[in-house]
Amino acid sequence: MEHLYPKIYLYRRIVYAKLFIDTHFADRIDLDNNADEAFFTKFHFIRVIHYVYNKTPHRNLSFVRIEKAKQLLSTDMTAANVCYAVGFESVTSFTGLFKRMTGQTPAAYQVIQQQRQAEIANAPLKFIPNCFAEKKGWVIVS
Amino acid sequence: MNHVSVFVLNQDSAFDFYVNKLGFNVHTDAPMGPGMRWLTVCPPQQPDLEISLMSIDEGMMFTKETAQQMRNLVSKGTFGFGVFECDNLLVTYEELNAKGVEFTKKPTQEFYGFEALFKDDSGNWFSLGQKD
Repeated sequence: MEHLYPKIYLYRRIVYAKLFIDTHFADRIDLDNNADEAFFTKFHFIRVIHYVYNKTPHRNLSFVRIEKAKQLLSTDMTAANVCYAVGFESVTSFTGLFKRMTGQTPAAYQVIQQQRQAEIANAPLKFIPNCFAEKKGWVIVS
Repeated sequence: MNHVSVFVLNQDSAFDFYVNKLGFNVHTDAPMGPGMRWLTVCPPQQPDLEISLMSIDEGMMFTKETAQQMRNLVSKGTFGFGVFECDNLLVTYEELNAKGVEFTKKPTQEFYGFEALFKDDSGNWFSLGQKD
């Protein structure tokens, strides 16, 4: 394991910086501060994050925000409120990025999710393989 | 394969582990009556592979005695349910470790590959490897 320790130390710094982005996605994140906390220069920080995660810190932040937005759009929250809750300042830029990354507008995505949830609530057995449903006693076996 | 089952001691806790720690997506979460729930999750890059987090309850699947035996076996770490792969094991290990995932084997170079082992919140263990 000795030969892994320098790498592990480096990776730990990168991972903690990335986790900071992941958990503070709704805040205004300053990459300079983020790089400082990981003891990297901004340029080196962007380079190592890209090397390890195959994404720049900015692209990772966009990804995290859109994934979180998908979760919130599955609730009753309006698309505009979701936009601000995940850290965007403009509904237009949120909608544009969401559509670019998912192929749907936030509103269209929300309608589909709400329809699916209503279907799960009304007819859950449509979503459960019959063998499991039988074993669980959720269907009557004749 | 599109469905696989993992028996868990508590579905709420398993939800937290698989979704918030491992980063899996919820596929279906359906209440099925008092105390019953159909809960499946998917690894982010495999949206068609549903992992059913099955609670171990007395009923048609388990008698009271068998359910207790199964719960004991799961909590003792008897079952290994699969192998996951990631792009960079050291990074994924550090990330999961920081989120509180318990590893029973740190990343280790074996003759068959680079591998770590971790447990879920119930005691089920998984291998975590690195893609070549």
